[in-house]
Amino acid sequence: MSEHLSALIVVLPLLAAPVCLLLRHTAMVRAWTSIVAWACMIMAWTLLERVQTGGAISYSMGGWDPPLGIEYRLDALNAYLLVIVTTIAAVVFPSGTILTGTALPEGKRHLYFAALLLCLAGLLGISSTGDLFNVFVFVEITSLSSYTLISLGKDRRALTAAFSYLVMGTIGGTFLLLGIGFLYQVTGTLNMQDLALRLPELLESRTVLAGFAFLMVGGSIKLAVFPLHQWLPNAYTQAPPAVSAFIAATATKVSYYLLARVIFTIFGAAFVFDALHLHWLMLPMALAAMFAGSFAAVFQTDLKRLLAYSSIAQIGYMVLGLSMASEAGLTGGIVHLFNHALMKGGLFLAVASVVMRTGSSSVNAISGLGRKMPITMAAMVIGGLSLIGVPGTAGFVSKWYLVVGALEHGWYSVAVLILLSSLIAVVYVWRLVEIAFFGEATHDVCEVPWNSWLPTWILIGGTLVFGLWTDVTVGGASSAARALLGGTP
Amino acid sequence: MEALGVWNYWVVVLLMMIGLYTVIARDHLVKKLIGLGVFQVSVIMFYVSMGKVTGGTAPIIPDEVPAEGILYSNPLPHVLMLTAIVVGVATLAVGLALVVRIREAYGTAEEDELQRMNGAQS
Amino acid sequence: MSSKPPMRMREKVLLRVASRVFIPLILLFALYVQFHGDFGPGGGFQAGVIFAAGFVLFGLIFGLETLQQVVPWSIVERSVALGLLIFGGVGVACLLRGGRFLDYGVLDHHSSMHGQHLGILIIELGVGLTVAATMLAIFYAMAGRERT
Repeated sequence: MSEHLSALIVVLPLLAAPVCLLLRHTAMVRAWTSIVAWACMIMAWTLLERVQTGGAISYSMGGWDPPLGIEYRLDALNAYLLVIVTTIAAVVFPSGTILTGTALPEGKRHLYFAALLLCLAGLLGISSTGDLFNVFVFVEITSLSSYTLISLGKDRRALTAAFSYLVMGTIGGTFLLLGIGFLYQVTGTLNMQDLALRLPELLESRTVLAGFAFLMVGGSIKLAVFPLHQWLPNAYTQAPPAVSAFIAATATKVSYYLLARVIFTIFGAAFVFDALHLHWLMLPMALAAMFAGSFAAVFQTDLKRLLAYSSIAQIGYMVLGLSMASEAGLTGGIVHLFNHALMKGGLFLAVASVVMRTGSSSVNAISGLGRKMPITMAAMVIGGLSLIGVPGTAGFVSKWYLVVGALEHGWYSVAVLILLSSLIAVVYVWRLVEIAFFGEATHDVCEVPWNSWLPTWILIGGTLVFGLWTDVTVGGASSAARALLGGTP
Repeated sequence: MEALGVWNYWVVVLLMMIGLYTVIARDHLVKKLIGLGVFQVSVIMFYVSMGKVTGGTAPIIPDEVPAEGILYSNPLPHVLMLTAIVVGVATLAVGLALVVRIREAYGTAEEDELQRMNGAQS
Repeated sequence: MSSKPPMRMREKVLLRVASRVFIPLILLFALYVQFHGDFGPGGGFQAGVIFAAGFVLFGLIFGLETLQQVVPWSIVERSVALGLLIFGGVGVACLLRGGRFLDYGVLDHHSSMHGQHLGILIIELGVGLTVAATMLAIFYAMAGRERT
């Protein structure tokens, strides 16, 4: 069975979702969801190990060989991404806070877990398929399940947030479809490898350019790159906190992967950066995102909204790495995918614990909680330090590579701006620390049970571990970056 | 005149702009969804017209006559659009379900009123 | 909006009689589309929708409560899951028989042609079941709401 792993990792959560509808009992469904997530994680780590030793794995669905059939192709980048997504899922799904802040009656909870599994299946599908149309289908599976998950938040504003995400997400998805159509019209193929072979001689064509533009805009909407980010803060704020943790830590990463795949594998860095000079568009957008996101985060009164705006800033860092198109820059961007997934997942889970105890996610709710809930609050502080990029945390590693990449290009001002924007992060993180540890305690609460703080600490502990021990993260990211830039994986 | 020869793409562009304009300009959420539907249908039209081969027939290989020399239409875009239609239906269903719940929670489905109520709440 | 409540649909003889004639035909046509999918246009998607349309027509005329007695919500929900599982089950069966995922050729020992036929038949059954159940589920979810 082991040669089928790259198909099974997508098929398992996809088929596990309907099983939730048959099991129905909340506790059973919950255990089942966790088991599936764990199984996926084991498969993902196995695949990563196999890709790193044996090179890219290709799997043809239904026995139809590519480029005719649908190919699932795993190289260093996909496998790295699978590991990120499944690890986050394996930590978030069993968390005691998974149901916190959801507006679901007892008899309907199994549907919530089915939606979580479908979302996971979609994310894994986008990351592993080598067929462009397949990407669109999985993008829509992910999006549809996340609209439902977001709309399940307690507040009625969750509904309007989900609706505006639905409108934006559908426009983005349809743009992707249109872009795929243009490419198919010119080349007659949907397979990414095949496209990469056929496109170089067609790059002069307007149709290809239009297709590229639509793919980039569609992907950017899904990634919430700075001017297209409007849907993100509301969606993350109103969703149940565990859903925010899962989606913030995985969905944007997968969209980032999609953009990187389109730019580097399908079109090639030479076309995108040397002929189109796209980095002169991406670089200002990334810088604007870093500053606008961090500035907006400073003024937020809701913890989840604060983290959402900080996510926009962090997406800016990742896009910055993309726009450098050099090994150091891409390594920084890709390693930031992993590190940001750890810290945002951990921080949102910490917020979930706060919501569990205080029933509110406003910044004032954590007033004085540093003494009442020391474990959760300590996790929040360390996650915040990692967002700033303090040495010893994972956030430092990725920013280090970004700065190195910027210096390599001779973009000294960009390197300075990276440091400056980190200083803004100090402001909003310090605000949290001040309120949590020096504020007056307004809620008389105790620490959350172990099954709620442990997942938070696994992720936050991860930011500490991978802040010092960077073999796996940076090693995987740099081989992924080399694979993207056309070297041997 | 060359531009008129590709009239099918003009139809696609027109539909797409109508859809996008409706999504942006209309306040009622159901009307927004209708616009979104038109927008998606324009892309479906684009694919389907792409698969048309002049003089081509339905791509089914006949048993009796030899298959050589028969000109077929390209079936792949149609197959792809079957999936896209299903995606569109699912999106519409989720969107309408959200509108129903929004209407229940707020008592209205007009965007400006929703924004006012959300603004008052926060 | 008159103050008098409108006549309910089930009280209209014409609708009742006509629907009793049409509903079996609709269901029969759905089955035809389902099984003819092998040889011509048709298949699970279309058949599922037509099948569900028959039930929706029944629900419109005889009332949602009557329809929910015929097809309870729990059956609809389970059918959605079951159809998907049939689809995936075929894929997994192909794996177990040594083929690739959804490589139906291996389903039959003797001829891969028969295997292909068998595989697509079962897959279409799963698709039809899921689509029909999903359509009904959407209908239940939307029609079951109180008007505000």
